[in-house]
Amino acid sequence: MNLTLKIWRQKNANVKGGMETYKVENISPDSSFLEMLDILNDQLINEGKEPVAFDHDCREGICGMCSLQINGEPHGPGRGITTCQLHMRKFRDGDTIYIEPFRAKAFPVIKDLVVDRTAFDRIQHAGGYISVNTSGNTQDANAIPVEKEKADKAFDAATCIGCGACVAACKNASAMLFTSAKVSQFALLPQGRIEATERVQNMVKQMDLEGFGNCTNTGACEIECPKGISLENIARMNREYLKASVK
Amino acid sequence: MATLDSKAPQGSLADKWTNHKNNIRLVNPANKRKIDVIVVGTGLAGGSAAATLAELGYNVKAFCYQDSPRRAHSIAAQGGINAAKNYQGDGDSVYRLFYDTIKGGDYRSREANVYRLAEVSANIIDQCVAQGVPFARDYGGLLDNRSFGGVLVSRTFYAKGQTGQQLLLGAYSAMNRQIAKGKIAMYNRHEMLDVVLVDGKARGIIARNLITGEIERHSAHAVVIASGGYGNVFFLSTNAMGSNATAAWKIHKRGAYFANPCYTQIHPTCIPVHGEQQSKLTLMSESLRNDGRIWVPKKLEDAQAVREGKLKPTDIPEEDRDYYLERRYPSFGNLVPRDVASRAAKERCDAGYGIMNNSTKEGVFLDFASAIERYGNEQAHIQGIHNPSKEKITALGEEVIASKYGNLFDMYQQITDDNPYKTPMKIYPAVHYTMGGIWVDYNLMTTVPGLYSIGEANFSDHGANRLGASALMQGLADGYFVLPYTIGDYLADDIRTGPIPTDTPEFDEAEKNVTEGIQRLINNKGKHSVDYFHKKLGHIMWNKVGMARNARGLTEAIKEIAELREQFWKEVNIPGTADEFNQELEKAGRVADFLELGELFARDALERNESCGGHYREEYQTEEGEARRDDENYTYVAAWEYTGKPSEAILHKEDLKFENVELKTRSYK
Ligand SMILES: Cc1cc2nc3c(=O)[nH]c(=O)nc-3n(C[C@H](O)[C@H](O)[C@H](O)COP(=O)(O)OP(=O)(O)OC[C@H]3O[C@@H](n4cnc5c(N)ncnc54)[C@H](O)[C@@H]3O)c2cc1C
Ligand code: SF4
Ligand code: FES
Repeated sequence: MNLTLKIWRQKNANVKGGMETYKVENISPDSSFLEMLDILNDQLINEGKEPVAFDHDCREGICGMCSLQINGEPHGPGRGITTCQLHMRKFRDGDTIYIEPFRAKAFPVIKDLVVDRTAFDRIQHAGGYISVNTSGNTQDANAIPVEKEKADKAFDAATCIGCGACVAACKNASAMLFTSAKVSQFALLPQGRIEATERVQNMVKQMDLEGFGNCTNTGACEIECPKGISLENIARMNREYLKASVK
Repeated sequence: MATLDSKAPQGSLADKWTNHKNNIRLVNPANKRKIDVIVVGTGLAGGSAAATLAELGYNVKAFCYQDSPRRAHSIAAQGGINAAKNYQGDGDSVYRLFYDTIKGGDYRSREANVYRLAEVSANIIDQCVAQGVPFARDYGGLLDNRSFGGVLVSRTFYAKGQTGQQLLLGAYSAMNRQIAKGKIAMYNRHEMLDVVLVDGKARGIIARNLITGEIERHSAHAVVIASGGYGNVFFLSTNAMGSNATAAWKIHKRGAYFANPCYTQIHPTCIPVHGEQQSKLTLMSESLRNDGRIWVPKKLEDAQAVREGKLKPTDIPEEDRDYYLERRYPSFGNLVPRDVASRAAKERCDAGYGIMNNSTKEGVFLDFASAIERYGNEQAHIQGIHNPSKEKITALGEEVIASKYGNLFDMYQQITDDNPYKTPMKIYPAVHYTMGGIWVDYNLMTTVPGLYSIGEANFSDHGANRLGASALMQGLADGYFVLPYTIGDYLADDIRTGPIPTDTPEFDEAEKNVTEGIQRLINNKGKHSVDYFHKKLGHIMWNKVGMARNARGLTEAIKEIAELREQFWKEVNIPGTADEFNQELEKAGRVADFLELGELFARDALERNESCGGHYREEYQTEEGEARRDDENYTYVAAWEYTGKPSEAILHKEDLKFENVELKTRSYK
């Protein structure tokens, strides 16, 4: 396949960026989107130019490191997948493809397509854990049975990969879907209930401090989320938050 | 040749760890606050170690090259984690887990370590559940188990096909709690590029801030390397793109011995290479072999027709299929261990029966048709459907398969554009896990005082082959339960040392070493990209140091790798500068280290004149083509000492003593 790429280039956080046009040829439809960028980069290096910086690591759809706004959509066309799982057969020979970084005030650009998503980590530091000693004196794992349905729901919430697509998809750049997934995972398990009040308050407070926008229930986050994290989690977090503020 | 002391404690196997814990020195809580520990790596091993060390009271500095500890490569582990809980009441015990692990490792691991691993395994599950790790549960609310990798009990705990993700998020949450308290200082997007020794002891590291390019000095009373495995020396592997050997290799250059580099696991069920543009390989969980049957066409002309797309696998009748694992290993069938299954696939493809329609022609079928039919009939029976149509049976069967393996089937379809419910999956072995690594003693300390290594980065518990679901177990055992205690024994001497200054000649020298290395790379301005060299190295490794090795190929590989390394240093081209975010520069440093490690790897394989586990030397096989071990001469750990050139490394041996198990030939016939 031969393609025209319009890619956002930006040297670092302090300078202005802009779109550049590149051409790639002979791309196999079986290549992944990131392999296509590897080929572009090899080409740029051979021409003595600077390759395009982009984030990625596992290339298996699980680490959450890859990002990219492709033709206006986080992780590109296709539902329930990350950019590293997007394959070139989803495009047509001769296509022009727009590639930009995830855009949000709380995700500043580091270089080209790489953004800083550490705001997510700081939300987690604020309460994304259960206060248990790590020194091996815990009770037997089967001492507290957990309803299968709740365990499955907690698991579903826990599968969030922290990629930030929800933020990039949201017109308000809200981090509600991400934060609610974390809050839900713990709220659904008996082990996490004890600190539930403080957890939700602290995490929501940190989320606001980081400069994420408000949630106006548009639902774009759920549509673009590669892991199918459901809006149900936002509703659960709102309930948890309300409970916490009433107390 | 010097022999190495494992420092395994005396006494009966079952008492060793308890006795050891009772006898090692402790650091009192007030003194722990005066002690700093650096942990390089935040995967299961490093993440759990950092959290626990902080919990105990030490000041921890943790490092990872990703933007968040949560993205460490451990996140990708699919299948599960073993523990001797015997919740299923099927006869499991600490001894049985110990025995399976020793045997599975082809009797090339240390008894005392493996026993300790089995002993603490049950604790890991308790710990993780308390942290909110959502393991699979049954309808009674209790934890569920599955069986894995050919063992005879159900001891594998899992969270769908995403066990590594959930365990890592558990360790990460434990870290978060300590980061919030200020007990862990987290340095993400930082790469450790050298270790600093003062008076022969590890006292700090040199790291590069990957965003700004700044070179930083960090000091501590001890340094722990938890940087994962080096499978990417093959270029294509199931590892994350950034997985690398740099931290391990740099400490090797400073005196830590590197053990058994040639022990590499080739996993049998990966998606085959699609072509030259490929950047990495994807694993399909081993659990698929519980239901999938592996075959290739019996006739050469059918195999060719399949490759050319003229014949569909579903059109090949039963009698023209070669279910070669079932044929060769009737008692274990498709569930033979990974090394055996991988070699059998290679044997068939080498003989011309491979089914992939690309340049490599390497691939075999993993077929679910029989399972779909079996489950379909079962379901029809359960649901009281009499005389079900063939379509109905298929539909019912597919539902069962989807509930068991749905996410894996989706992933397969995403990558290959084939529907595995309708046509057999195509699979082929791929580089997956490295059993070799930094040599450590029973305390997990390397040959350098104050320098520790845990998780996949060390060589310790798996021997020549790793059974499924045991790497996660080892990473968490090391990090939560072993290192945090054994390190106290060493640190007890440091309570009066005070903070380690970084403005000393040792730090100057190490920083200069790092800066010069970077300048040399960046100023080179040759004509090839880093990937160009990495791919070449990968080809040599796969073809001559891969699934089957022989003396001639290995000798050639040693020479070719040395030549390639020389060419690299002349011709590599890294655009940009050193004082900015520069991904090519990051890659270049890692590939430079792989180019040295690869050579030692081949040399280790050449030295070991036997076949065992993941190391298969063609000269040492039985008449039936099975691996032939040589216990007489090779029951040892090969630990290499760096002397300036990988080819001149000095071999040290740790003799392995088996006091509790009898060495037997592994047979799966
Ligand atoms: C696809 C896949 C599936 C698997 N499935 C299973 C399974 O089902 N069961 C099982 O038991 N095992 C499984 N494994 C193996 C297992 O996942 C790994 O062996 C294990 O997770 C390794 O953990 P670790 O903590 O040692 O290292 P890693 O998780 O690899 O972590 C390495 C860390 O070191 C950091 N790092 C590396 N170099 C540097 C440096 N120079 N400077 C700073 N930081 C550095 C990285 O940033 C990272 O944080 C699987 C592996 C793969 C690839
Ligand atoms: S909620 Fe979905 S989109 Fe948002 S970070 Fe998690 S996985 Fe990504
Ligand atoms: S690179 Fe890990 S999710 Fe895409």
